[in-house]
Amino acid sequence: MSETFKGKVWKFGHNIDTDIIIPAMYLNTTDPEKLADHCMEGEFPEFRKAVTPGDILLAGENFGCGSSREHAPVCIRAAGISCVVATSFARIFFRNSINIGLPVIEAADVWDQAEQGDVLEANPTGGILRNITKNREYKTAAYPEFVREIISAGGLIEWVKAREGVR
Amino acid sequence: MGMTMTEKILAASSGRESVRPGEIVLAECDLMMGHDVTAPPAINEFRKTGAAKVKDPDRIVLVNDHFVPNKDIMSAALAKAMREFAREQGIKKYFEVGRSGVCHALLPEEGLVSPGDVVIGADSHTCTHGAMGAFATGVGSTDLAAAWATGKIWLKTPETMAFDISGAPSKWAFGKDVILKIIGMIGVDGARYRAMEFRGPGVAAMSIYDRLTMANMAIEAGAKNGIFEADEKTAEYLAGTPARKGKIYASDADAVFADVVKVDIEGMEPVVACPSLPENVKPVRELKGVKIDQSFVGSCTNGWLPDLRLAASVIKGKKVHPEVRMIVIPATQRIYRAAMAEGLLDIFAEAGAAVSVPTCGPCLGGHMGVLAEGEVAVSTTNRNFIGRMGHVKSLVYLSNPAVAAASAIAGEIVHPEDIM
Repeated sequence: MSETFKGKVWKFGHNIDTDIIIPAMYLNTTDPEKLADHCMEGEFPEFRKAVTPGDILLAGENFGCGSSREHAPVCIRAAGISCVVATSFARIFFRNSINIGLPVIEAADVWDQAEQGDVLEANPTGGILRNITKNREYKTAAYPEFVREIISAGGLIEWVKAREGVR
Repeated sequence: MGMTMTEKILAASSGRESVRPGEIVLAECDLMMGHDVTAPPAINEFRKTGAAKVKDPDRIVLVNDHFVPNKDIMSAALAKAMREFAREQGIKKYFEVGRSGVCHALLPEEGLVSPGDVVIGADSHTCTHGAMGAFATGVGSTDLAAAWATGKIWLKTPETMAFDISGAPSKWAFGKDVILKIIGMIGVDGARYRAMEFRGPGVAAMSIYDRLTMANMAIEAGAKNGIFEADEKTAEYLAGTPARKGKIYASDADAVFADVVKVDIEGMEPVVACPSLPENVKPVRELKGVKIDQSFVGSCTNGWLPDLRLAASVIKGKKVHPEVRMIVIPATQRIYRAAMAEGLLDIFAEAGAAVSVPTCGPCLGGHMGVLAEGEVAVSTTNRNFIGRMGHVKSLVYLSNPAVAAASAIAGEIVHPEDIM
């Protein structure tokens, strides 16, 4: 996940909850492809069709609040989003994303200054995020050491296999 | 320097003398819960670990509650996958339809949570169990899978916010109103990443059920966990279950709190959270004239026996408004049977309400009471997000059970006093 992502911004507001990201009525499947068809349906039903693979989802404060459903980061990834940038994240969404390997980047001011369609360039562990369109640079929040370990292992399951050992 | 209750539990469960906020621990889990929506993805992830067997089947709980009795073929397949996994792994704490209930009401009732425990659940409202003096938090399916394989969970030690609650509310306000008031004060991210420790004379006077309702909604302020110190009321509740005694933790006098919030509930009247965030809290009388299509009493927030008694006391001898559907769902099979024995279910049915078997169904727009476009519900549940109970253009007002019952009769949101 030390990869650099460059993509067009899809901008959403504050307190985007998991019922907006993936309404519960669709949780009768675990298939990422089927879930992705309804990604962001509560705000923008055509989201999946509109996304070009590699695009970046940008949100304000408390992104992913609400349910613990891992279907939320799973469907965002399956919809073609390369990484999520937000002013802040709700904690369960954040750890779910880290655990499944969806890059999530916390940074101040990006949301306030970016517009829909701007091109962002970000490296999750690099510390810097660029808004290419606006020619601005931002510092990103550093991950705790342990979280970096999970990221470099390629997600929690890989970390468990490598570090904890399972019988 | 002292520690908070939450810090003490995380230190003890990770074999450390002490922990500080921000430190990451690998905590040994006492209980690991999944349900019919979140366990199936966890099973898929568990397979990827390569482990043939879970670390300890006796610490795993699997509950059929969300889309049960199964609402369609796909949800039946999810329940089937969980059922087969329980058999394969020898998981005895598997709860089947008819012997189950909404997970967060079921776990305390079954005596599965004791003070001092570390409880994780692949459901955000797992924070409910902090009412027992446990550390309890919601996690995702991959977290659950890893915990099944290792018995452990990685946790960042949260800072603790203390809520000093004083006074006694009015006759028609309850734990639900107190937690809504708090969320209204601090906002839906007011306790993000933090522990919410509820304390003070206002809490000591509260029933265990009011505490469960409050801890249940800690997540609606963004908290990692909500917690109450176990006391004689906790002990009394636990004594009626097969629960272990557990270990009681209290925050040290010199513990460091990120914030101390004073909450005066003296004479407090009922409040309602307006669409579409739990922080949009207003006194119920300010909402007079808001017409409703549906009233729902139930869920892990307010589907307990005292909640049903309260709603029944308001509705007894009256009729549900002709333009309203009222749905009542006892949270567990045990509550369902007790409500039946007490005649509560008949009071609801007599009034023209629909009474269902235990399920999470309508709370999350799953089934058993989904809203159409433009419809309005008053609900005793915990979330009123856009589209939470159905169509994206339906609206949800969150209230206590007395307000929900009174509103079902009036056809609009009312203070229970105004129809008695």
